[in-house]
Amino acid sequence: MDMQVAKKKLGLKERYALMTRDLGWDTTYQPMNKVFPQAEYEGIKIHDWSKWEDPFRLTMDAYWKYQAEKEKKLYAIIDAYAQNNGHLNVTDARYINAIKLFLNGISPLEYMAHRGFAGVGRQFPGVGTRVACLMQSLDEIRHSQTQIHAMSNYNKYYNGFHDYTTMIQRVWYLSVPRSFFDDAITAGPFEFMIAIGFSFEYVLTNLLFVPFVSGAAYNGDMGTMTFGFSAQSDEARHMTLGLECIKFMLEQDPANVPIVQRWIDKWAWRGYRVLTLVGMMMDYMLPKRVMSWKEAWEIYFEENGGALFNDLARYGIRPPKFLDQIAFDKDHISHQAWGTFYNYAAACNFHSWTPTDDEMDWLSAKYPNSFDKYYRPRLEHWREEAKKGNRFYNKTLPMLCQTCQIPMIFTEPGDPTKICYRESDYKGTKYHFCSDGCKDIFDHEPEKYIQSWLPVHQIYQGNCFNPGVDPTAPGFDALGAVLDYYNMAVGRDNLDFEGSEDQKNFEAWRGMATKNI
Amino acid sequence: MGVAAIKEYVGENKDRLENFHGNQLLYVGWEDHLMFCAPFAFPFPPAMRFGDVIEKVLPGAFGYHPDWAKIDWSKVEWFKSGQPWAPNFAKSLAENGLRHKDVVRFRTPGLTGIKGSCS
Amino acid sequence: MSTVFIALQTNDDTRPIIESIMADNPHARLNEAPAMVKIDAEGKLTVKRESIEERLGREFDLQELHINLISLSGNLDETDDELTLSWNS
Repeated sequence: MDMQVAKKKLGLKERYALMTRDLGWDTTYQPMNKVFPQAEYEGIKIHDWSKWEDPFRLTMDAYWKYQAEKEKKLYAIIDAYAQNNGHLNVTDARYINAIKLFLNGISPLEYMAHRGFAGVGRQFPGVGTRVACLMQSLDEIRHSQTQIHAMSNYNKYYNGFHDYTTMIQRVWYLSVPRSFFDDAITAGPFEFMIAIGFSFEYVLTNLLFVPFVSGAAYNGDMGTMTFGFSAQSDEARHMTLGLECIKFMLEQDPANVPIVQRWIDKWAWRGYRVLTLVGMMMDYMLPKRVMSWKEAWEIYFEENGGALFNDLARYGIRPPKFLDQIAFDKDHISHQAWGTFYNYAAACNFHSWTPTDDEMDWLSAKYPNSFDKYYRPRLEHWREEAKKGNRFYNKTLPMLCQTCQIPMIFTEPGDPTKICYRESDYKGTKYHFCSDGCKDIFDHEPEKYIQSWLPVHQIYQGNCFNPGVDPTAPGFDALGAVLDYYNMAVGRDNLDFEGSEDQKNFEAWRGMATKNI
Repeated sequence: MGVAAIKEYVGENKDRLENFHGNQLLYVGWEDHLMFCAPFAFPFPPAMRFGDVIEKVLPGAFGYHPDWAKIDWSKVEWFKSGQPWAPNFAKSLAENGLRHKDVVRFRTPGLTGIKGSCS
Repeated sequence: MSTVFIALQTNDDTRPIIESIMADNPHARLNEAPAMVKIDAEGKLTVKRESIEERLGREFDLQELHINLISLSGNLDETDDELTLSWNS
């Protein structure tokens, strides 16, 4: 790289102070608490906003310079990848389904993060915090757009990429990531910072962007590798903002500690549930595997998160609740999730499959406590049945958790053979949960979570059909009508990978790329 | 406090009984058979005979499993919200005390899924 | 003692940076993965501008790190001359 380094007249710290903090003033025409109406209702007490400091001390001139450099690199790689028909160099076409999940389930969240940080940046009275939130807001829309650009190349050739903006609002499993972000963005500004800035960015995004994106590189997907690492280069700044923000809240007033602790408990659990999808992508959807979900969890959550919570102990903060259960479940959740998508492959916009023999052996080796005992038998049974032309398609709708909205697939703490059922009564109605973690969150704010838009219940209420569809007509095909509403092409986007159009096309095109036909 | 909010705030329960066109929700799970990844959710009229759920609906949902045909229904153990429960097959859901969004599970002694893995 | 880390993409820009970090932090461990490295260190890790400039043969602004940075952990402090990551416990 050849960058000009300008001679500086001021040091980094002075420059940052002059360019951020000095920009603020207290309002006089209107009282400050009217100008910043969300700053107090969550109970967080801030006495001196000037104590907050962005450790990266990034000013806009430097921000544009480095972001421009990142964009140039990113688009050079994306262009080269497209020009070279790079999609035909991925390990095999099953891999592309992980990218479908990424575009449909994760990129829309980047856009929501953009809106969220723009929103909280407006609400914070402190100048340094506002500037940092502004930059993160810009980063997040960049992530969303670069991901859409990068993956649009796959949309030219493969199914399931065509309508993620509709699908995030309608498809059953996508209500999980969507409701996660909707929950955060409808909280107050401080809770949003703990939810996204701290819990998600600091404790959890490493698991998505680092081992998974390294895995994309390993599977020959330069497009995803480059947008992933380009996004993650911003995440380092976001993580630092999240950590700074939590320390600032804890240092400002001891009364903030229990509020922050409850948010840490809530959002560590919420994030952990959403990441189940990533666990499944790593263990089942990357044909060449970099590390197992369990190994990634141990490095990035247990080791790195452990160090973080040791550091925060001096403020009276303890690690998030339910860590024993989380530690036990790392042997199980990726398998339980893959089994779920295998069950409901008829209602998915990506394909699923049973692992090959060597993949099963890899899973046995990585999960000696669980895979052979609990999960191999069902996968082998499904494979045998599929060979006989009797592939399992579960067509009965599942019971969902009121909080995380994931089907009730998770098992009792310590017993992977029993589904975990929890329930609460609120104002005369029963609500059901997949875990103590999700029940706790509901019980604390029931008025929020009784509003969950649960896809299964919405289907039964008749709210998931296109206008003009008559569910009382003779011979009405409910599943078909729901898939129409999802804008999913039946027989192309859904069902097993084996026999799919993607599989056939990839084989034919790869053949054309290596032979003179 | 039902929610943290800047002013008085009341949420809307999206799943009120009257939204289901005369049906009520019943959740049904089969213990030790996790090949079905989660319990099922069904909309049923409260006047529906409980036996009809077993005989006419559940075979379509669980029948793919090789254990399904082996069930001895006289030995099945039932649970409602996790507590032992004795349904009367001849009576309706309502007469069996089943309300909107109740959850029942059944255990089939001796049947423990594919190769005993609780799948 | 807790571990801090910094993760960088592997390319021509980062080779001298990784070399400098490893030279300045003898207690650090280099973990190589596809397309990236993760450098772990007990307690503290320091990235020094001068060391990078020596290897690069030109002036280097530590904020250029952002271009190839993947992730990090620990409390961060940055000046014109060095960037440190540390845990207090």
